[in-house]
Amino acid sequence: MKPPPFHYHAPRTEAEALALLAELAPAEGRILAGGQSLVPAMALRVARPLHLIDINGLPGLDRLDVGDGHLRIGPLVRHAMIRRESVPGPLGALLDKVRGHIAHLPIRTRGTVCGSLANADPASEWCLVVATLGGEMTARSLRGERAIAAEDFFQGFMATALEPDELLAGLRLPLLADGTRWGFHEFSRRAGDYAQAASLVVMEVRDGVVLAARIGIGAVEDRPRRLPEAEALLIGRAPTAELLRQAAATARATLLPTDDDPTRPALAEAMIRRALADAAGIALP
Amino acid sequence: MTEALDVTLTVNGERHAVRVEARRTLADALREDCGLTGTHLGCEHGVCGACTVLLDGEPVRACLLFAVQAQGRAIRTVEGLAEGGELSPLQRAFIENHALQCGYCTPGFLMLGTALLERDPTMSDEALVDALSSNICRCTGYANIAKAVRAAAAEMRERVPA
Ligand SMILES: Cc1cc2nc3c(=O)[nH]c(=O)nc-3n(C[C@H](O)[C@H](O)[C@H](O)COP(=O)(O)OP(=O)(O)OC[C@H]3O[C@@H](n4cnc5c(N)ncnc54)[C@H](O)[C@@H]3O)c2cc1C
Ligand code: FES
Ligand code: FES
Repeated sequence: MKPPPFHYHAPRTEAEALALLAELAPAEGRILAGGQSLVPAMALRVARPLHLIDINGLPGLDRLDVGDGHLRIGPLVRHAMIRRESVPGPLGALLDKVRGHIAHLPIRTRGTVCGSLANADPASEWCLVVATLGGEMTARSLRGERAIAAEDFFQGFMATALEPDELLAGLRLPLLADGTRWGFHEFSRRAGDYAQAASLVVMEVRDGVVLAARIGIGAVEDRPRRLPEAEALLIGRAPTAELLRQAAATARATLLPTDDDPTRPALAEAMIRRALADAAGIALP
Repeated sequence: MTEALDVTLTVNGERHAVRVEARRTLADALREDCGLTGTHLGCEHGVCGACTVLLDGEPVRACLLFAVQAQGRAIRTVEGLAEGGELSPLQRAFIENHALQCGYCTPGFLMLGTALLERDPTMSDEALVDALSSNICRCTGYANIAKAVRAAAAEMRERVPA
């Protein structure tokens, strides 16, 4: 179908965009970033914004900066711009791998990382990365600027802590120290589809023992999150096949899937187990 | 109704002055306002890729972009592939390898394939198959589409030695 009518605004500066957002948010005004979720939603008539504030013409918002032990991603950084070469260390390799699972090339050239976060689909890969690694979001409005931690940002199915008049002005991810190990797996019905279950694991192993572990799950509950019970099981122990199996089973037992699809818990457990195995560097069927 | 906007679209190097509502997608503007019906629409919500065009050289879904957003950008559509009445190597390869049956998906695959070849005619088979999974074809089973892109890539590699 065709998108319903709306008024189009193309601000030239961020200040102008924030002023428009403050004025129009109460009148069903919304930010238009890559449009790769919003425009399909409009075509399907599940979204009917009366005003779109297009930020694509704003200068300087497509910056990808590394400094202070962090990667900073601006609101116009497209999925396709996240490449191994542009991010140092294990984080670069991790993000590169995750990018390949998001939609398809012609969607990645337009869709933005920050748009994915603002959209907060429970199956979004970037949301899983932010929840697992502990990203920090910057929200900006005429009222000022504030930082929002990952655990406060995602508030439920396609719901975030952003106020209607706030622009998601950027995302900060901690770089991963050399030697940090990670694994990412997702199951989707076709290449490029949203995942049925996805897991990201990050681990620090020293002298054969797990020092720190983060296990994230996406596409199963109403928002992505870490699984602390399963993480705790790993700490101080050798990451053997048996231990990883136990951790994945524990993770499964602590999940609260939002639907009653009987395959979901098994898929989740399998993705967690595979991500754990990749992180630990062992083969595990 | 919302106000009509004056937009100039540069398609295959030619300027088209059109007057469209903000909600007019680039795909509809190309077809309805510029008369360029080579770009097809299947799903109109980003899934099928029939509407794929190049925006400043990058493949995009023309059904997910508003025409007003394409002002000042270089748009390329399937109508621009042939030069001086001669089909592009990729178009010829599609014919020679039986890469189309009904033809509905073909303009989208040609634009996607053109972008891939212009970026890197040496891309691995795995990367090629992954990229081609962007678009949907209900007829061919994809094998001949991949074959055609490979054939065109080989021809391009010969022409421009690495
Ligand atoms: C066929 C298809 C397959 C897809 N598959 C996947 C997939 O596998 N995984 C995945 O994660 N995504 C997938 N997507 C969605 C895609 O990743 C989108 O790019 C992304 O979800 C939204 O980013 P956007 O920049 O396109 O945002 P838009 O569509 O422009 O906006 C989405 C929402 O976020 C708001 N918003 C955007 N940016 C900001 C900002 N800076 N501040 C405040 N609000 C903002 C908008 O107002 C809107 O409500 C798919 C899309 C398509 C069409
Ligand atoms: S018509 Fe645009 S992707 Fe299907
Ligand atoms: S040739 Fe018929 S859809 Fe591809």
